[in-house]
Amino acid sequence: MSGRKRTLEALSFEFVMTVIAVIALVIIIAPSLVVLIVSFTSGFSLKFPPPGYSLRWYAELWNAWQLHFAAKNSLVVALWATGLSVILGVAAALAISRSRTLSVRLLDSLFMSPLVLPALAFGLAALMLFSLVGLPVSPLTLVIGHTVVCVPYVVRNTVAALAQLEPTLLESSAVLGASRLYTFRRILLPLIRPGIIAGAFIAFMSSFDNVPVSLFLRDAATDMLPIRMWQDLEGKLDVTIAALSGVLIIATVALVAVMERVTGLSRRLTN
Amino acid sequence: MGAAPASRDVTSYGMGLAAPLALFFLLFFVAPLLQLLWLSLHNDTAGLHWGLGQYLHFLTDPFSLGVLGSTLLLGAEVTAVCLLLGFPIAWLYQRVGPKLQTIIILIVLLPLLTSVVVRTFAWIVILGRQGIVNATLQSLGIIDTPLKLLYTQFGVVIALAQVQMPLMTLPLITALGRIDPNLDDASCSLGAGSWRTFFRIVLPLSLPGVIAGCTLTYAAAITAFITQSLIGGGQMLFMPMYLYQQASTLQNWPFAAAISIIFLLAVLAVVSVFTTLGRLSRGYGGA
Repeated sequence: MSGRKRTLEALSFEFVMTVIAVIALVIIIAPSLVVLIVSFTSGFSLKFPPPGYSLRWYAELWNAWQLHFAAKNSLVVALWATGLSVILGVAAALAISRSRTLSVRLLDSLFMSPLVLPALAFGLAALMLFSLVGLPVSPLTLVIGHTVVCVPYVVRNTVAALAQLEPTLLESSAVLGASRLYTFRRILLPLIRPGIIAGAFIAFMSSFDNVPVSLFLRDAATDMLPIRMWQDLEGKLDVTIAALSGVLIIATVALVAVMERVTGLSRRLTN
Repeated sequence: MGAAPASRDVTSYGMGLAAPLALFFLLFFVAPLLQLLWLSLHNDTAGLHWGLGQYLHFLTDPFSLGVLGSTLLLGAEVTAVCLLLGFPIAWLYQRVGPKLQTIIILIVLLPLLTSVVVRTFAWIVILGRQGIVNATLQSLGIIDTPLKLLYTQFGVVIALAQVQMPLMTLPLITALGRIDPNLDDASCSLGAGSWRTFFRIVLPLSLPGVIAGCTLTYAAAITAFITQSLIGGGQMLFMPMYLYQQASTLQNWPFAAAISIIFLLAVLAVVSVFTTLGRLSRGYGGA
């Protein structure tokens, strides 16, 4: 009898946990699906389910030059910020990965701090400093600001990749007569490349999506896509934004699929 | 310090490689924050008269304190919802095969990488007057007039919880993966039921992950300005929007600077409380 009771008890536990987990997974995925469905509406409102289906809002998107302009700006800034983050971040990761001294730990926390500090406060601070030294807001200030908030992703993923590296591989290479540079190029870099790519990918996505820093560091000539979308949504609920969201969701899914292949992104973020 | 052994040379790189990023951070991260602090300690917009006027203004103004309070409360509510929903996902992840594991991870990851504006927009579609929730309830005849879900605290908490859920779930999955499954079996074979095992063994051992997840979720939720402003609407004001209004619309930079510093300190305080708890819990669960 007690065995049966315990089974019931175990079942109740598994049932409750599984039900909550499934509900949570549905809550996570549902919003994106809803937007995708609504973006194909033939009507003028965001009514769900849509009265009919068409590609009219995607066609509308084709002519939305303001959005194209903002998307181009966001893309250019994200590419520069990612490039700068990779150069600065990988170098710093190499320096701090194998040491646990106090100064290294402090540097590590400094490099990670943009992840927790409110980015809006940093955006305001950067604007104040730039205006104090007489540097007008421009794509350059945007790239600098984005790099500060994106570089932690590159540092973290590169340090993680270096931590899994077998140091004896580098020693063997040296013992066999390879120079430092050759060992770096032919042994170290290929082994940590997936980690660098994963970090760069996350940095790119977070720059492309950044609002708080861009809000202060852009001007009329550098309209950024997420800000344009946000301001459009504050004004009116435009179905064109649904179509744009559809494009962004599909692009993200495609990029994540590629990254999963190239870098094993999912294992990387849970280890 | 004496010459390092030759073998160490090839496996480690000099601290000089960290110099460019350190310099970059000094110029463009530390210096701006110091400048922010400097300006917040001035009573006038030009920054000529030193004083604590801005802080006194904030700390004696019931409206400002109310904004701070509701922001901190919002973070706590979102974190609680994320923990409640995120933990079962992490638990389920450990129970299923590798194929389902990848699917779960991708479901959790995708929103993290999808634009925040897009995710927030989705909640406008769901919670709006003509949205799914109202349409469903109306067609079932449960309600006659649409419920107000958008521009409410409830709406903001739900939307933020969904937006920040990955930040909670990923550290939990990592933490649960590190628990020795034998402990679970041992507890059950010694007669403890599943619920008891969960609350007495699994939950305490996963505390480092819980704390890491709570820190990330809390910090992200209180600064998630887009979701707060679009779902909360004009009536609900939280710290980020308050800061932005003061800086941008009213051009009151010293007060905006003081708001930023107070907000930064609040976030740091919460993070350090969590970090301390994390250190204590690691001693507790260090198996």
